[in-house]
Amino acid sequence: MAGGPYTAKVMDHFMNPRNVGEIENADGVGEVGNPACGDMMRLYLKVEEGKIVDAKFRTFGCGAAIASSSMLTEMIKGKTLEEARAITNQQVAEALDGLPPVKIHCSVMAEQAVKAALDDYVKKNPG
Amino acid sequence: MARIFFDHISTSPLDPRVFEAMRPYFLEVYGNPSSHIHDQGQAALKAVDAARAEVASLLNAGPGEIVFTSGATESNNLAVKGAAEAAGRKGGHIVVSDVEHFSVLNALIPLRNRGVEVTTVPVDSDGKVDPGDVAGAIRSDTMLVSVMQANSEIGTIQPVAEIGRIARERGVLFHTDATASAGHIPLDVRTIGADLVTLSAHNFYGPKGAGALFVREGVALVSQIDGGFQERGFRAGTENVPGIVGMGAAAGIAKREMGEWDFRLRRLGKRLWEGIAASVDHLHFTGHPSDRLPGHVSFWVEYAEGESLLLFLNVNGIMAASGSACSSNLRGHDEEDLVASPVLRAIGVPSDICTGSITFSLGKGNTEAEVDEVVSVLPGIVKRLWEMSPTYLDYQKQKAQGGA
Ligand code: FES
Repeated sequence: MAGGPYTAKVMDHFMNPRNVGEIENADGVGEVGNPACGDMMRLYLKVEEGKIVDAKFRTFGCGAAIASSSMLTEMIKGKTLEEARAITNQQVAEALDGLPPVKIHCSVMAEQAVKAALDDYVKKNPG
Repeated sequence: MARIFFDHISTSPLDPRVFEAMRPYFLEVYGNPSSHIHDQGQAALKAVDAARAEVASLLNAGPGEIVFTSGATESNNLAVKGAAEAAGRKGGHIVVSDVEHFSVLNALIPLRNRGVEVTTVPVDSDGKVDPGDVAGAIRSDTMLVSVMQANSEIGTIQPVAEIGRIARERGVLFHTDATASAGHIPLDVRTIGADLVTLSAHNFYGPKGAGALFVREGVALVSQIDGGFQERGFRAGTENVPGIVGMGAAAGIAKREMGEWDFRLRRLGKRLWEGIAASVDHLHFTGHPSDRLPGHVSFWVEYAEGESLLLFLNVNGIMAASGSACSSNLRGHDEEDLVASPVLRAIGVPSDICTGSITFSLGKGNTEAEVDEVVSVLPGIVKRLWEMSPTYLDYQKQKAQGGA
């Protein structure tokens, strides 16, 4: 079902978000805020042998922010750290069949959250 | 699934009786009121004059004091710019409240650029203007005071009679924007001493595209649209005859039925207010607890974002409004077009929390069963969002650590 300005895909991920929650003793945690609207996303990663084996999130934000968070966790699971770091907000938005122009920045929050979580992982696992 | 419309501040459904009144003015009576030499024009002119009398009667005004416009935005522009320009001097000064509609606040921008100074009086945490602040803000060069009768977002009714009296004593014009309130609460231009009053038909079960400005007899305004001499020269352009007829019919119905609507809506509003107060934690009502529009319930919920609340409500068949930045302008070009509600900021709600604000505004067609449905659905929606929210998680952890 499409909802207001959103695609059916966005509404699906908003209504049934995948991977909501947190990971105990996560290998990497990234938290980013959205200065435009005061919203916030926290991403937890579990990493094994250079691959993301699990990802969970919690997000305070609009429909696009929640859908982007959900889609992102689906996209990074099973990816290597390099692959995950290369994911752009455009790819997240495309995977959702697009976002309204004012909502593009909500997918940026998702991109930034992976980078922050990966940075945290590197910090915790130097070398 | 029943659809529940709790967003009457955005617009109200057309009353079918209004539609019936308008119907002949599309196909049968299509004349131009300015061409009143012939029968078609004469019939149109008669209809417009009858509507003018009905709108005037809603406000206790004279028919000659009603100027029809395309709606509240145009009326506010005409009132604010028209009055400032008619004052004719260089500079000058205007007093407005902090919670006026964009069509008042943005109309001030070109005036400021021409040297007009503006004083914005604050509101208290209930969203009320202190008439003493208005008195204190008036200067010797003040041309106009503009304070709305009621705020659509938080429902608060302003002490317009007192403000009008102050303006009158000081010889300053008083404009009140009654878009949200006209047709819902009494508005007597003689008792509130208003010189200019903005009305919008679609906010009281009339058609969109029809509005009016009450212009007290003798008040000078500079027309904002150049053209012919319609509407006593205040508003050029062929009249929107069906819209005006609809506005007149809506005003007549409102005048007769307002008391009954008010009684019902206050009861429904109270039921909704008490229901959600009892079932949703971390909920804060906004606006004045008693001096508010009937059937208007506004609040914000900690750890829950407004647009997400609206989307979930809609999925559950409930249509409401939010002052959330995230939901503010979804058709804008980029994130610069997203702004948290200035009204919430004005009443001191922290801006990161403004995001959770919801306005339920009920209308005459709503029922007790609909209120109960909303009360039963809202807690589940809030809980779902809390479970997704990192800030709610932190709050719970803190609470657990606090050993509560
Ligand atoms: S997170 Fe605020 S607009 Fe999307």
